[in-house]
Amino acid sequence: MFDLNKIRNDFPILKEKIYGKNLVYLDNAATTHKPQVVIDAIVEAYTKFNSNIHRGNHFLSEICTQKYEQARQIVQKYINAVSSKEIIFTKGATESINLVANSFASFLNKDDEVIVSAMEHHANLVPWHILSNNKGIKLKIIPMNSNFELDLTQFENLFTAKTKLVSVVHISNTLGTINPIEKIIKTAHSKAVPVLIDAAQSIQHKKIDVQKLNCDFLAFSGHKIYAETGIGVLYGKQSMLEKMSPYQGGGDMIKDVSYNSTEYADLPFKFEAGTSNYVGAYSLGKAIEYVENIGIENIELYEKELFEYAFDKLSKIEGIDIYAASKENRISSLSFNVKGVHHLDIGTMLDKFGIAIRTGTHCTQPLVNSFGQTGTVRASFAFYNTFEEIDFFIESLKKVIEMFK
Amino acid sequence: MNTIEEIQNQIIEEFSMFDDWMNKYEYLIDLGKNLEPLKDGLKKDDFLIKGCQSRVWLVPKFENGRLFLSADSDAIITKGLASLIIRIFDDKTPEEIMNADVFFVEQIGLSQNLSPTRANGLASMIQSIKHYAEAFKTKN
Ligand SMILES: Cc1ncc(COP(=O)(O)O)c(C=O)c1O
Repeated sequence: MFDLNKIRNDFPILKEKIYGKNLVYLDNAATTHKPQVVIDAIVEAYTKFNSNIHRGNHFLSEICTQKYEQARQIVQKYINAVSSKEIIFTKGATESINLVANSFASFLNKDDEVIVSAMEHHANLVPWHILSNNKGIKLKIIPMNSNFELDLTQFENLFTAKTKLVSVVHISNTLGTINPIEKIIKTAHSKAVPVLIDAAQSIQHKKIDVQKLNCDFLAFSGHKIYAETGIGVLYGKQSMLEKMSPYQGGGDMIKDVSYNSTEYADLPFKFEAGTSNYVGAYSLGKAIEYVENIGIENIELYEKELFEYAFDKLSKIEGIDIYAASKENRISSLSFNVKGVHHLDIGTMLDKFGIAIRTGTHCTQPLVNSFGQTGTVRASFAFYNTFEEIDFFIESLKKVIEMFK
Repeated sequence: MNTIEEIQNQIIEEFSMFDDWMNKYEYLIDLGKNLEPLKDGLKKDDFLIKGCQSRVWLVPKFENGRLFLSADSDAIITKGLASLIIRIFDDKTPEEIMNADVFFVEQIGLSQNLSPTRANGLASMIQSIKHYAEAFKTKN
């Protein structure tokens, strides 16, 4: 059941006042707020069962390990992975992608190619730039058309015998464009190239089924799906992960260590060196359960309505430029500029109305520069936002524009 | 000629006449609109201050042992801030600038809003001016 009043009550921060005004939080693509069940879970963990996992043979360590592994199973079921061995806990999407870049690097030689898209977050560009500096690999970019969508015909032409990996964002954090990853994955697989999906902006908005998608890797962050910061996930097909060597060394990822050598632990522990963020993982499990109780499909439907409502109202404002894909391919993040007014000025003044939005390049500098802008204003929605909040945002935006005329 | 401290006190007094933030911002926006734009030729990367979300150009000129400043930005609020900075530091000696304590930001009642100074470029502007003063002093 989708009960907006109840949902809003679940998120205590929404009652905060900003400069004495109601908070209107439209920066959900940067991070999401936490429902009380998640906040309670963090307190519960430290109050009831905190102990280092996989190590102690005492009672609390055992309980804590169980909670951690249960969280892994919740993630596994949520994305429908075949096995919980395929779920690696990381500190976020960024670390998940870096893990793949580092471990996959042993399969890459000079001049090998990785394909990314024109819409990537820096988290899915810089790790490959590092590999290009260190190993001489080449990056190829799937171009974007004037509709703010990826050009799939061009994509097919990018493949060569040297293409080793495709790594693309599912939903753009800047444009809200939903990329056709099903097709991208099929095309890449027809050329025997594995695919990494950056799901940092889709895991909280859309049903993701890794078996149906048949992606080889999938990365996301807990904090964008209502869990704590500092926890994230890398999904990898077992066959892939088994071939890859560890990303970091340390405790917890070993089977046997002598002074001169190490035998690595099995999956998923091989990739989880050091003390894991088990409280974060526990909170992620709770967050996913919370989302599942409301239903990710219900969330998506409502968020789509919010986006289109905001889009329609925004497009009626004079001098507005909206950077968005066609109606069926967009959700959650709405980027725009107002002619003659700097995005930072708009953001600074909207803040004074209690409205949290983001301005700038949103960690997608090449993308924003590619359509000739130094930045955009971005409103990004979550299912706890309301139509009234959007009305207030639009009215405030009009006032702000007036101030700069 | 007023000192850096005196000018800051004047600015604080001017801002204290507005009792709500909206009027303070309108004043800042007006200052921004009224700041004479730099000629295009001066909007060079050499004068661009890095690390701000808006582009800020700050052009120093040294004459008779004193620093003269002009500035521009593509964001109006940043321009308003730049105009305050110019008012404070223009036509001062490198010693005065290097020893200056900048306190007006906290006291004009906007610091809570302006605190992410990285974004609006205020901290970078002040830092650049101090660098210019230092460079000028060591050269001469
Ligand atoms: C599309 C996309 N990828 C990756 C990231 C990186 O996520 P994190 O900073 O949580 O590691 C983000 C976060 O903004 C994102 O939007």
